[in-house]
Amino acid sequence: MKLSIQVRRKDALLDLTRTGQACRFQIGSDPERHAEVAQPEPGVYSVLMAGRSYEARVEPGADGEVVVVIDGHRFDIEVRDPRQFRRRNGFHGIDGLENVTAPIPGKVVRLLVPLGATVTSGQPLMVIEAMKMQNEMRAPKTGRVVSIPVHEGDTVAAGAVLATIE
Amino acid sequence: MFRKVLVANRGEIAVRVMRTLREMGIAPVAVYSDADRTSLHVRMADEAAWVGPAPASESYLRIDRIIDAARRHGADAIHPGYGFLSENPDFAEACEEAGIVFIGPSAESMKLMGSKVEARRTAQQAGVPVVPGSSDGVNGLDNARTVARQCGYPVMLKAIAGGGGKGMRRIDSEHGLESAFNLAAGEALNAFGDPRLYIEKVIERPRHIEIQVIGDRHGNLIHLGERECSLQRRHQKLIEECPSPLVSENPRLRDRMGEAAILAARAAGYYNAGTVEFLVDGDSHFHFLEMNTRLQVEHPVTELVTGLDLVKLQMLVAAGEPLPLRQEDVTWRGSAIEFRIYAEDPYNNFYPSPGTITRLTRPLGPGVRLDACVYDGWTVPIEYDPLLAKLAVWAGTRRETVARAIRAFREYDVAGIKTNIGFFRQILEDERFRDGDLHTSFIEEFLARRREAPPDPEMEMVAALVAAIHAMEQTANSESQTRPPDKRSRWLDAGRNDLLR
Repeated sequence: MKLSIQVRRKDALLDLTRTGQACRFQIGSDPERHAEVAQPEPGVYSVLMAGRSYEARVEPGADGEVVVVIDGHRFDIEVRDPRQFRRRNGFHGIDGLENVTAPIPGKVVRLLVPLGATVTSGQPLMVIEAMKMQNEMRAPKTGRVVSIPVHEGDTVAAGAVLATIE
Repeated sequence: MFRKVLVANRGEIAVRVMRTLREMGIAPVAVYSDADRTSLHVRMADEAAWVGPAPASESYLRIDRIIDAARRHGADAIHPGYGFLSENPDFAEACEEAGIVFIGPSAESMKLMGSKVEARRTAQQAGVPVVPGSSDGVNGLDNARTVARQCGYPVMLKAIAGGGGKGMRRIDSEHGLESAFNLAAGEALNAFGDPRLYIEKVIERPRHIEIQVIGDRHGNLIHLGERECSLQRRHQKLIEECPSPLVSENPRLRDRMGEAAILAARAAGYYNAGTVEFLVDGDSHFHFLEMNTRLQVEHPVTELVTGLDLVKLQMLVAAGEPLPLRQEDVTWRGSAIEFRIYAEDPYNNFYPSPGTITRLTRPLGPGVRLDACVYDGWTVPIEYDPLLAKLAVWAGTRRETVARAIRAFREYDVAGIKTNIGFFRQILEDERFRDGDLHTSFIEEFLARRREAPPDPEMEMVAALVAAIHAMEQTANSESQTRPPDKRSRWLDAGRNDLLR
């Protein structure tokens, strides 16, 4: 089967034939390779290729990417099936509006700017406390704060919208 | 010796203390909040007492509930671990009033050395060199501005009641003072219930080297050598080692710092385990920074090179016994390095990463010690410190220890949450780290200068293959879950097959 992959921002087509553990695969115009792939634990792949043994661990990454870790090296890879039309996730937003979202679950301890305030890029907007550390959430761009849907003391989940800048 | 000891803490340190209690034949009693019912320390203990809801201020910081739990369970003594109530003299006093031994120094020594301002004065009077700065706390923002001007920027704002980097900010110019002051005071108030701050002059690129001391109640006080803790990020220690590479170059430094630490501790009438922290400047001059009146997070490196069990020594002296060794009996062998594994994402600004551990493989083999509170399936609570584990590695020389640590990190796999495991690997391969050229801005400078080596093309190919196979399996799994369930029963199939045989 053919899959479109993106590694280090480069797109390539990966052609893969798999019979049990035996894999034949070709990336772009590279020569075809043979590998044996077993999965000893969920998310852990043991790969034998050209006489070498690789242990690859898979973690979910951002935006539907997967992160493959081999011997401490991380590879961010996006995989798509070109036969399926799938729109990329993500908020593209109305022009000019930008959301500030919580990168971590935590608690809003202090709001530093009022609704309607004009802020400059990098200016602290609020303080979020998570795991006993206080982190300043900063304005991603210069503009006016048009929405602050949270209050001091609120607990917020990762990804929650904290403020919108116009 | 005690029969039963309550451990007034959670996480890896509660597990660590309980291990020694077991070895000494003492029954461990755990305390837990709503967030920790299934945490490892509760599972390991002989007895366990609920002390309140998840927020620490309603559970692990509640002196009344901890003392009540100790009474109900008939504990003879309380080990406070580090953090929480460990440096709270009111807690030590409450233990004493309840007739329970507090495993630590006296409330008086704690008050003296716990107040950074008093500690500075005590050290100075004992003839120990101190860091230049304000001898008293600062009183509000305006006063902070005045004191900072007098010291000259850059200055450091620190919580009077603090520790562990909370309520601490570096300020390079007056411009950043107000925001830093408010953040630091807020953190200090939340972490310690006390927003008061003080100011110290910044010594540029210092090494952070501390001396472990331990004393008994008969006036014996010895030091167990140094730990170099220069590798920090946001004032949180990340890597600690013994011996310090600086001491390896200059062995007399250990004796001189050890003697200074004993002077400071003796001036405070100190007994039990404590740590005297020093900043060491580029000319190997050391300055007293503060004293931590408890067991330190990084105590395992001292245990690995001295062969001593610090928690056991704490138990002995708390039970009134004399120290079982003299200064000349203490020897240091080999090299140990400890790495603090945090639930945080080093690839995304080191943001905390709580969540459920879905896969765990621990490093094993020669010279590897792991102090952890983690198990496969455990959910890391968001309420507490993100420290998950401490990997401490020992070998004959520092060079061998570094190689062994790289080997151990290769084996270490934690999935489901983000950790800084991959980050340590990069530091261990850094030339300056290997040369022992350490100072407290090392991590910041490392982050700025690090260049990802171009990946091995074969490895990248394997990664692409694995990603493709993984994606295909994910798709197959989600399709099989959405498909209507098969009407056929496998029990029926098996029965039919048997009949057809």
